Order: sequence, then structure tokens, then C-alpha cells
Amino acid sequence: MSVFEFTGLVWIGSLAAGFLGSLTGLGGGVVLVPLLTLLFKVDIRYAIGASLVSVIATSSGAAAAYVKEGFSNIRIGMFLEIATTLGALAGAFLAAKVSTGAIAVVFGVTLLYSAFLSRRPRSQRERDIPPDPLATRLRMNGSFPDAGGMRSYNVQHVPAGFSLMFGAGALSGLLGIGSGAVKVLAMDQAMKIPFKVSTTTSNFMIGVTAAASAGIYLSRGYIDPGLSMPVMLGVLLGSLLGARILAKAETKWLRLIFSLVIGLLGGEMIYKGLAGGI
Amino acid sequence: MNVPKSWTDQRMEEIIANLLRAGVLLAAFMVFCGGVIYLVRHGRSLADFRMFRGEPVELTTLRGISASAFRLSGRGVIQLGLLILIATPVARVAFSVWGFYAEHDRMYVVFTLIVLVILLCSLAGYAGPG
Repeated sequence: MSVFEFTGLVWIGSLAAGFLGSLTGLGGGVVLVPLLTLLFKVDIRYAIGASLVSVIATSSGAAAAYVKEGFSNIRIGMFLEIATTLGALAGAFLAAKVSTGAIAVVFGVTLLYSAFLSRRPRSQRERDIPPDPLATRLRMNGSFPDAGGMRSYNVQHVPAGFSLMFGAGALSGLLGIGSGAVKVLAMDQAMKIPFKVSTTTSNFMIGVTAAASAGIYLSRGYIDPGLSMPVMLGVLLGSLLGARILAKAETKWLRLIFSLVIGLLGGEMIYKGLAGGI
Repeated sequence: MNVPKSWTDQRMEEIIANLLRAGVLLAAFMVFCGGVIYLVRHGRSLADFRMFRGEPVELTTLRGISASAFRLSGRGVIQLGLLILIATPVARVAFSVWGFYAEHDRMYVVFTLIVLVILLCSLAGYAGPG
């Protein structure tokens, strides 16, 4: 395949990944690395580098839309970013130590888990829980606009959330994904932050987390301009288009199909990783 | 007390969002221009990303990247665009330090500075083995 054809095909694939990722809220990075490694036979290290770059682009590009909604809590985000960036450094460090087959297996397991998580109902119950002393001292409690006016919330279990965030950062640094699913899990399930605040704050954090490992990947030569160019431009355009029609689209079936695809890719990554194909 | 605080938070986030959007647009523009140069010059050669070879020094260090971008090497211009992209979240964190300082929130100035130091260490390449 010539560079011209390769660039065009990767661009189209990335456009589709970014579009579906943003439309379903599952992120484009999770399908990008399997797409590049399984279909285009790209070395997984180059794939991870290119994916990481596209994750920063979508996170920064979407920030403006989230700010308008007024849901994200920058204090929670900034505090937890200490954990995610440290985790990202650990993950990027680990990526150089373990075999590419092992990375593929971890990636596959993460994909299967993301597919499983996306099928679970979102927690939308009312939370009237008393303030937690640590969260209060860290000034994390906040409020957000809801159907019946402003709704305030109290953040819980800060240490548990902080540890989970370290794990999310490590996965992001190891696999080159945003690991938004784990971040939302940490905030929504562990810290009892309302779902909408969790997802928007997670998006806010993804770019900073990815930047922490991107520096290391760049200096290690994992970020190839020829590959990253179509990936970054495709994912960015795709995710912006996805965000634009998000409000109108019926995403229930799309989410189901997309999570099935993610699950299948996960199985394939585990198989290839174990069989030595990656 | 609550109203001015949330107003400053909101204002800060708006400025940050515009900063990020400008950074991403600039990065995408450079990557696109570099991509055109790259495709015109190398479009007909064979694509090969199966084997990992790592990138040469001129595409992994700030000095090398700026030098090759200045020579209008397609790959160099793309890489400079990617470097700008990686810098946008760092700029966001740096701006947040100032924002929290303006809100007299010393605790969060410290937290944000910690994140900034971690990011700068990574970009300087001190945190990883080469």
C-alpha cells in the first residue's frame, strides 16, 4: 500500500472512530488502537502514540461545549489530576518494560470491561448524603443546573476516588486511551458525584492525563508524524461532527452496537496478544 | 460569597475553553499543512508501520522538531503541530494556577502547581528512560 492510500484509509477509519466514540460517549481511543493494529497491521507502540495524540485533540476540542453546560467541577478535576498524571507517568514507564503482547492483553481486558460498563444503567438516583469532612476541606462540594433548578451535591470517599484515578491514569499511559470509563466509574460510583458532573469533569481531565504520558512517548519515538497526522485530523473532525448531532440522535441502539464491537475487538486483542500476533 | 466565586470559576473556564480551542485549531492547521507537504513528497512510497523503529532525534526533541519544521520538512511540520497540541492541556493547567491565585485559593494553587510540575517533567523527558 502506498503512503497516499494508507493515509486516506487511516483517515476514514479515524473519522468513523471519532464520530462513533463521541456519539456514544465511549470515546474514540478505545477502538482506534485495535483498528490500527488489527486491520492496518501497525506496530502497537506507534498505534498507542497516535491514539494518545488524538485523545488530547478531542478532549481539548470538546472543552468549549462542556464549559457552556456548566457541569464540570474544576476543583475536583484539578485535585484528581494529581493522581491521573502520576498514574500516566507510571503507565508510560511500564509500557517500555512489558512486551507488546502483554500490552495487547491488558488492552483487550480493558475493552471487554468498557463494553460491560457501557451496558450498565447510569445511576440517576437522588443523593441526599451528608458532607464528607475531607471533601469539604478540599472544597469539592458543588452544584449544577438540573431540571428543577440548581442541585447541590456532596462528594464522598476521596481516597478511594484518588486511588482509582491513579489506576485510570496508568491505563491511559500504558494504552494511549483516555480511560474515560474508569474516570467516570471513580467519580460516579466511588465518590458519588452526579453522573453529568462526572462525565464532563472526566472529559476535562482526559487531555491533561494524556499530555502527561505524551511527553514521554514523544521523546521515546512512539509518535510518528506520518501515522499521527491522519489519525489526529480524522478523530478530531469525527468527534466534532458527533458532538454536533448528539442532541438529536437516538443513541440507544448505537451504544449497543458500538459496545458489541468494542467487546469483539477486546476478544481479538487478547487472542492476538496471547498467540503472539502483536 | 457564593455568587462572585462561581462567576470567577465560570469566567476562568470560558477563557480556558477558548485557549484550548485556539490551541487545537492551530495544531490541526499545522498538522494539515505538514501533511500536505509530506504526501506531496512521499505519497507514492510504500507505507510501512509494521516494524517499530522509533523516531530519529530530529522528531523527538524540541530542538530537532523545530529545526526540521523550519526546513519545511513535512514530518517536521506535523510533529511541531503535535507538540503544540500536547502543550494545550499544559497551558490550561498553567492558566488555572493563575486563576486560582486570582481567587485567593492557595490550596488549589498548590495542587495545580503539582500537576504542572508533573507535566513539565514529562515533557522535559526526565520521567522516562530516554
